[in-house]
Amino acid sequence: MLLPAILYVLALVGVPFLLAFVYAVGDVKVASTGYHFVGLANFESVLRSPAFRRALSNSIIFTVCSQALVLVGGNVLALVLKDAFRGRRLIRFLVLLPWVAPVSIGSIGWKWILDSLYSVINWVLIRLHLVPEFSPPMWLGQPTLAMISVILVHTWHVLPFATVILLAGWTAIPRDIPEACAVDGAGYFRTLFQITIPMLLPIINVALLFGIVFTFTDMTVIYILTRGGPYDTTQVLPSLAFFTGILGSDLAEGAAISIFLLPILVLVAWRMLRTAHRAEVG
Amino acid sequence: MAIVQTRALTKVFRQGSVGAVVDVDLESREGEFLVLLGPSGSGKTTLLRMIAGLEEPTSGQVLIGGEVVNDLTPRERRIAMVFQSYALYPHLTVLGNIVFPLKAQRVARPEREKKAQWAADLLGIGHLLSRRPRELSGGERQRVALARAIVREPTVFLLDEPLSNLDAKLRASAREELEQFQRRIGTTMIYVTHDQIEAMAMGDRVVVMHQGRVRQIGTPADVYDDPADTFVATFLGSPPMNLVETPEATVGFRPEHFLPAGGSASASPSTLSLSFRLDHEEYLGSERILYGRLEGGQFHGAKAVSRLPATFHPGAAHGTVLPFQVERRKLKFFDRETGTRREPVPMS
Repeated sequence: MLLPAILYVLALVGVPFLLAFVYAVGDVKVASTGYHFVGLANFESVLRSPAFRRALSNSIIFTVCSQALVLVGGNVLALVLKDAFRGRRLIRFLVLLPWVAPVSIGSIGWKWILDSLYSVINWVLIRLHLVPEFSPPMWLGQPTLAMISVILVHTWHVLPFATVILLAGWTAIPRDIPEACAVDGAGYFRTLFQITIPMLLPIINVALLFGIVFTFTDMTVIYILTRGGPYDTTQVLPSLAFFTGILGSDLAEGAAISIFLLPILVLVAWRMLRTAHRAEVG
Repeated sequence: MAIVQTRALTKVFRQGSVGAVVDVDLESREGEFLVLLGPSGSGKTTLLRMIAGLEEPTSGQVLIGGEVVNDLTPRERRIAMVFQSYALYPHLTVLGNIVFPLKAQRVARPEREKKAQWAADLLGIGHLLSRRPRELSGGERQRVALARAIVREPTVFLLDEPLSNLDAKLRASAREELEQFQRRIGTTMIYVTHDQIEAMAMGDRVVVMHQGRVRQIGTPADVYDDPADTFVATFLGSPPMNLVETPEATVGFRPEHFLPAGGSASASPSTLSLSFRLDHEEYLGSERILYGRLEGGQFHGAKAVSRLPATFHPGAAHGTVLPFQVERRKLKFFDRETGTRREPVPMS
């Protein structure tokens, strides 16, 4: 009974996973026919490359910043959407939209919004005399601005998912709890920071861990908006692995880069399962 | 300590619909245990929540200690409330729960711990202070909720069905504990319940509510022995009061006053003799409930119930007609149209 499922998982997850390890310790290039074991040479070369170190720190910045924004934004949105108001259904639908729309299409839209010549943001800023007309900000062309842009667009994309998880958590808090706080004399912020948010921590944990996995392994937004540029300043590990292994046809080194993601993701996945388990028991 | 008053208090949840609470005028007495009793949906919890400040009245006033508190937040009203679910903070220890109201009042730490210790000792939960709510039994949770409520020394205690989550055995002992607790602290308590036994056992006075209105306010004996209308008459008592329609009035008598006629007493002018056709009986251990219909005269065909000590054996097959009687002074008369009490009509 389980056999088809096991075969399926082995074929789609197990084989590519093993292949990545095999490639990472070999000398495989796209279209090469032989295979020579080279030990940890690929890892050495990767670790020595400045591009890799840049990508690693970018990955961390990209994940930490976007998840911080997602947590704050998701909680604020969930708090707003929790209570009944006219048009709540429509607003909930609109909030969910960036998540259900294909990320590539959304990102292409953002590419135009942030374009160096046709940016609608710049058009507005120029009309409001907030930026000089002939040297508006190059949203995707200046290293810091480009990083901020990809972080914001990625946040825009994953925010709805976190919001939905957090909303479920917020609605699961019985009405009695905030009422008891009101009777006990606690104000809004005391209730929020001492009672409801601590009660919500397991759910926040789940949202955060999912968010880290989604962000750390994702390259769509970066690939479409900046291709890792300018000068690799927005390159992250997945995009670097793709550029090196597929577009640069150095499969072995690409595999070595992606294997660096593994320990981090294993750690996150382990914590995720533990939290989920504890939430169940609690 | 304070007196709670409501003046024409009304709550309408949706415009155009019937009010959840309609025109309620109440006045508690100093240090009183006042019970709001009614079936579910009678508005008792809404009334309590309006007193607490958790629900805004549509019209009318709430007064605590003679002061209108409509515009005050729950914390400014200096009330304490125990919720049906107890609403303990699950991530805090028992001590954390108890000191939370004091923290919110910015009471200094040594003072806080002294008061928490006092409240915990008062309720006998001193040994549980480092536990979390989910490690406690239902009865212990209730005591923690009470300790959290009392630690602030509120002027009024509001309790919303605090015993309904306990099993039957525990409920009886918790009821007694709660009564003693109230007597010890002497603070006015307003207690919501749908359980008439709780209301009768604990209340100094009982407010019977139905469809958002107060039907009767009185001591447990008042509302039981002298019900103001047919709703109160049938809501209190188990089995409820027998109600029999006559052309002039609805006549009521309690099942425990509907007794087999015995010897000479049956001839007395102070009793009303009735023929009772036994239909079936229930044996409840300490008592026996007889169900049947009245025969003959103006009551013919009316259903009636008799509650007798279990030691009484009807000794008759079902379907037989037995001589029964009610003392005339135990008969209650209600208006046929409105259901309210009216003056007695002569019965033959």
